Amino acid sequence: MRRRMGRHHRKGCEMNDLMINRRAFGLGAGATILAGGMSPAALAQETPRRGGVLTVQTYSDLRTLNPAMRASYAIHIYTSKMVEPLVDLGVDNQPVPKLATSWSSSADGKTITFKLREGVKWHDGKPFTSADVQFCAMEMWKKYQNYGTLLHRFLSAVDTPDPHTAVFRYDQPMPMELLLRAACELCYVVPKHVFEGTDLLKNPANLAPVGTGPFKFVSYAPGQNLIMERNPDYWVAGQPYLDRLIIRVINDAAATTASLESGDVQASFFSAIPRTDIVRLAKDNRFRVGTKGNEAYTILNTIGFNTRKKELADVRVRRALAHAVDLNFYCEEFLMGYGKPAKGPIPSTSSFFVPGSAQEYPYDPKKAEALLDEAGFKKGPDGTRMSLRLMPNQSDDIRAFATYIQQSLQKIGVKVNIELLDAAGYIAKVNRDWDFELCTDTNLYRGDPGVGSTIWFQSGVPAGTPWSNQFGWTSPKLDKLVEDALVETDSPKRKAMYGEFVKLATDEIPVLMALEQVFISVASAKLRNDHNSPRWPGTSWADVWIAS
Amino acid sequence: MRLLRLTLHRLAVSVPVLLIILCGVFLVLQLAPGDAVDALLGQMGTADATLAEQLREQYGLSGNAASRLVVYLWRLVRLDLGFSVSYNQPVLDVILSRLPATLALVVSALALAFFAGAIVGVAAATKFGRWQDTLISLLGLVFYAAPSFWLGLMGILVFSVWLGWLPSGGLQDLSANYSGPRLVLDMARHLLMPTVTLATIYFAIYLRVIRASMLEVLSLDFVRTARAKGLRESAVIYRHVLRNALLPMITIIGLQAGAMLGGSVAIESVFSLPGLGRLAYEAVVQRDLNMLLGIVFMSSILVIVINFAVDLLYAQIDPRIEAGA
Repeated sequence: MRRRMGRHHRKGCEMNDLMINRRAFGLGAGATILAGGMSPAALAQETPRRGGVLTVQTYSDLRTLNPAMRASYAIHIYTSKMVEPLVDLGVDNQPVPKLATSWSSSADGKTITFKLREGVKWHDGKPFTSADVQFCAMEMWKKYQNYGTLLHRFLSAVDTPDPHTAVFRYDQPMPMELLLRAACELCYVVPKHVFEGTDLLKNPANLAPVGTGPFKFVSYAPGQNLIMERNPDYWVAGQPYLDRLIIRVINDAAATTASLESGDVQASFFSAIPRTDIVRLAKDNRFRVGTKGNEAYTILNTIGFNTRKKELADVRVRRALAHAVDLNFYCEEFLMGYGKPAKGPIPSTSSFFVPGSAQEYPYDPKKAEALLDEAGFKKGPDGTRMSLRLMPNQSDDIRAFATYIQQSLQKIGVKVNIELLDAAGYIAKVNRDWDFELCTDTNLYRGDPGVGSTIWFQSGVPAGTPWSNQFGWTSPKLDKLVEDALVETDSPKRKAMYGEFVKLATDEIPVLMALEQVFISVASAKLRNDHNSPRWPGTSWADVWIAS
Repeated sequence: MRLLRLTLHRLAVSVPVLLIILCGVFLVLQLAPGDAVDALLGQMGTADATLAEQLREQYGLSGNAASRLVVYLWRLVRLDLGFSVSYNQPVLDVILSRLPATLALVVSALALAFFAGAIVGVAAATKFGRWQDTLISLLGLVFYAAPSFWLGLMGILVFSVWLGWLPSGGLQDLSANYSGPRLVLDMARHLLMPTVTLATIYFAIYLRVIRASMLEVLSLDFVRTARAKGLRESAVIYRHVLRNALLPMITIIGLQAGAMLGGSVAIESVFSLPGLGRLAYEAVVQRDLNMLLGIVFMSSILVIVINFAVDLLYAQIDPRIEAGA
């Protein structure tokens, strides 16, 4: 039974569709998947119902609510309802207009012009203009925002010829697709008049956002809840439909399931509940469970090798370890079908994914043992070839995977000692001091490989930069390729370069991108217009409504 | 006058104790790998090295440990708990915002555990060796052994998910916007399950303590005398035996009140309550030294105060004991 279910779910994952109670409708695998018991056409015909309160769960606690200065999945859940980006991500990974209505690039790729939406007002009543965009770009995105500092490092100025035009000038060509994809997460605009002339890091609006979005800030109790109310002056007439929006912090996974079941919260994101509960609620027709609406939130579970250590300096050893872990089995039995073996650092959900570009390491313990013998690591009298420390980052998911790696490597005579660290300890020990042999962590794919993927393989990143190349591996060829791709404005050429990057990265595997997972949402079946875009938890929810 | 002398004496002893506790916590946290900025970067999911340095400078983390400890203690002398790195707010504000929920939970749980424990314990002692006693002792053992997070989750499952009588967590119904008496009632409804859950383990302890000390007192001569002079059994039990048997209970409450004020991470997590326990846990994970030291400082003071109050209470219950003697 469990195996059969696993298969169903994997299928659901691959189709990127919401899983619903198929058994209740008597449908077998492969039948059309319906949303909440109604066909999409029927849903579209329903008239949106106004009013109501939507309460959703999250487990992250935030120190700042300013998405112009800080970017993370969690901050977008909280703030994207109040503060809006220039563009957002639509279906098929295409940009859709938000505060920017249109965009164009000069022939040399160094000048990018955004036309801004007219008639948009900040929550305090003042008009939104190009000066706000200029201020955020130069003072916040470029100076303080994680990723933004990298994305805009060649940004020299933003011109504002009129209140509704912002012209970005770069010293090096900026690929339009890179900027637009990154802008969904990195180009949130906050009002200049609130921040100008203040200490940006200590401005009170960092904890009480003023934005242009469909919901206005009401109150924030860190570690407890964020409350927002309808913005009656929103620039989309008639929206939002909801009166009030509450984001509640619930840290305990089992308690999260209970609050979903009792109806206290109506949605939960980022695979926040135990996998057994995910499988159980997927069969309950009060809920819709699945990866739809999270395609942009693809993560890769990694196995990193410290190539400075003598055992792991030999590429044959790294390949042997990669061959020794049965990832298919792990996906089926432990991830319960929600996940699959990754094919390189660019996930299959990305438009940059080139099938066949990655070198693969199928499960083959015999080959693994042969490779280790060949590298000179023969079995000792106790059957052990070598002893390595494995450090997982802090998360139940990663720790479970670490145990699986440990047991898999045991079988080929590699003794693994797991050292548990919390997040701060992991950064200090693995990312900064490089005091590890094996590590396992998560790589969040950021839509464009230039934003968060290549940095894991590039050399020359300042020592101590977390989530970069901690593995001590260098490849001048890869370095050059990565730098060139960042300023390549020809789209097909750029994609081919990233295909080549994947080939290089997976050939010598300083880090093995082992598993690919899309985050799972659980939502009440009464919600409408939810999970209708690839990064839905981090969007504005202006069109969301609750059916009676 | 004697009271004043006692107070001063207690104060003089408390200061070095407090100092040792604070230095100890400070040093232990220094031994943990990583600092507050590392934790912050962990939350951001990315960073560059210059940003990290900039943040370290901003949060005053770049000096050596000894000088930072001195700076901290000097601020404490001026009653300044400092600024929390993880909340971007003064430590005192954050603690005070969490204190009401914790106090409400702890005081009601302690009261419930105390009275229920006393009543059931007395019942067990008076029925010593009979089936009632065995049943109560068994119940006590079960409550004592069951982990509180499990009891909490089972409670949620039964009363929130199945029956739908009580909310599954939080402190108030955020969607309803209550005020006045409705709000108080709503909060009481939210606190009911956490209170009972937290009370169970203490209930089990009190029950066992009171049973044991009742049995001990019951065997003393003055009880036989009281019975011999023809007092009703209830008068013997409540006026003579219970009053004497209460002393160890009060000692234990004095010790546990402090521990309970530190909060219960498990209960707060399961019921998603904004309490001090969860705050302290987060402070460790976030390497938020000021916050952790602030919580330790506040709870140490509370423990000292409560124990002082317990000493005074002794004298009230048993005139043979003189406070400060």
